[in-house]
Amino acid sequence: MMPAPTKQPSSEIKTAAPAAANAPEGEGKPTMESDAKLCATNLNFFYGSFQALHGISMQIYTNKVTAFIGPSGCGKSTFLRTLNRMYESVRGSRVEGTILLDGQSIFDVEVSGLRRRVGMVFQRSNPFPKSIFENVAYGLRINGMYEDRAGLRDSVERSLRRAALWDEVKDKLNQSAYGLSGGQQQRLCIARALAVDPEVLLLDEPCSALDPIATAKIEDLIFQLKSSCTIVIVTHNMQQAARVADNTGFFLLGRLIEFDSTTVIFKTPACKETEDYVTGRFG
Amino acid sequence: MRHFVEDLELLKTKLLEMGALVESAIQRSISCVTQKDRGAAEQVFMNEAHINAIEIEIDDFAISLLALQQPMAADLRLIVAALKINTDLERMGDLAVNIAQRGVSLMEGPVVKPMIDIPHIAGLVQSMVRKALDAFVHRDADLARSVLSSDDAVDNMRTACYHELVSFMEQDPQHIQQALALLSITRNLERIADHSTNIAEDVLFLVKGVDVRHHAEVQL
Repeated sequence: MMPAPTKQPSSEIKTAAPAAANAPEGEGKPTMESDAKLCATNLNFFYGSFQALHGISMQIYTNKVTAFIGPSGCGKSTFLRTLNRMYESVRGSRVEGTILLDGQSIFDVEVSGLRRRVGMVFQRSNPFPKSIFENVAYGLRINGMYEDRAGLRDSVERSLRRAALWDEVKDKLNQSAYGLSGGQQQRLCIARALAVDPEVLLLDEPCSALDPIATAKIEDLIFQLKSSCTIVIVTHNMQQAARVADNTGFFLLGRLIEFDSTTVIFKTPACKETEDYVTGRFG
Repeated sequence: MRHFVEDLELLKTKLLEMGALVESAIQRSISCVTQKDRGAAEQVFMNEAHINAIEIEIDDFAISLLALQQPMAADLRLIVAALKINTDLERMGDLAVNIAQRGVSLMEGPVVKPMIDIPHIAGLVQSMVRKALDAFVHRDADLARSVLSSDDAVDNMRTACYHELVSFMEQDPQHIQQALALLSITRNLERIADHSTNIAEDVLFLVKGVDVRHHAEVQL
């Protein structure tokens, strides 16, 4: 079992071997810490015969921001997509191991209910070809999560406010979402995800296509949202992980090399592979 | 990346240049006291401005690296340690000037007491400075720890020296001026030892990522 991330920075560099971050494969029953929202244990993932994840064990803590970093192809996005079973649309994909959400296996629940609880925002903003209002209202409509038109409007406004977009779009709610800037479209996608009140928000490189100003707005938003939501973010931008995340996991070749508080990962990482990556020596 | 690695090497080289100048200043200030070497004192005074200029140069360079390269992990620790070591070295240079000034004042009259303790303290302090800088160069945590353990010995020697000089002044108030100069020299030497200890602590932070300042209870 992987040690829990320290809430305070570790006082000394550890000398853990890279494999120490992962639990022994194929053994150990899932044990979820009381402040964890999600708990993965010995998770293996396959694209056909290719094994993309090897024995990942990790706790994702409630109302914390957890970042995954690592070079391209290291498995961080794949792991993120297992957390709400987004991989299921990929033919030939297969998962082994357990993932618990509030103590219950995510594989034992109905997938649409899971995705309502664990929302996702992708690298490229993907608003629907609808108005701004309808983009946010969509999830509420298909889930029947409103009582009347006034209630629907209130919910849309609340979601847009939570996504820090309301002031910019309140006068053009009926205009096409495609008329928004890239940063606004991404925040609209976050508002759409927030509309159904998810408990966990998965962000897959949400700022990679945005300029620094739009990036700063999304980062501020992440900081505000974590009081009501558990956030998991995949990012190629290490400074972004350092700025927004409470805990950070470093992936390499499908393995979780190290998982600790963000301060430890960027100040005194235990593993040489982590050190080499965060200092830009490889990757 | 390669450019950044070269910049880090340059930072280390600059810091070692500063360290060599400060070591030399300490050595000369001690010669001034023990050998009555006025020329050594003059060199200490002249080099002070050079040390101050390098301090500013190193600070500017390190801050630029922080701003432009956004270093992480070992690189971050190196730059932070360099900034702190730089400050300690500059203060050690100032203390060497203080010692040289007292040394010059002692040259004005006959020596009324054989100088035994000060050369002992000076030898130990110089050894601490050398070890602290070597520990930085070689990233040697064991050597850094040995500097920490030497600090108590310097403190004890300085306390013994203090009591002896106070007793000397009580016996012969005519020599208070000279005794006060000797007290100041031991005090300045002890402070150089303290700065060497700071450098050793910075080296442990750099190498091990631990903070051992103020006798923090950390398992090394």
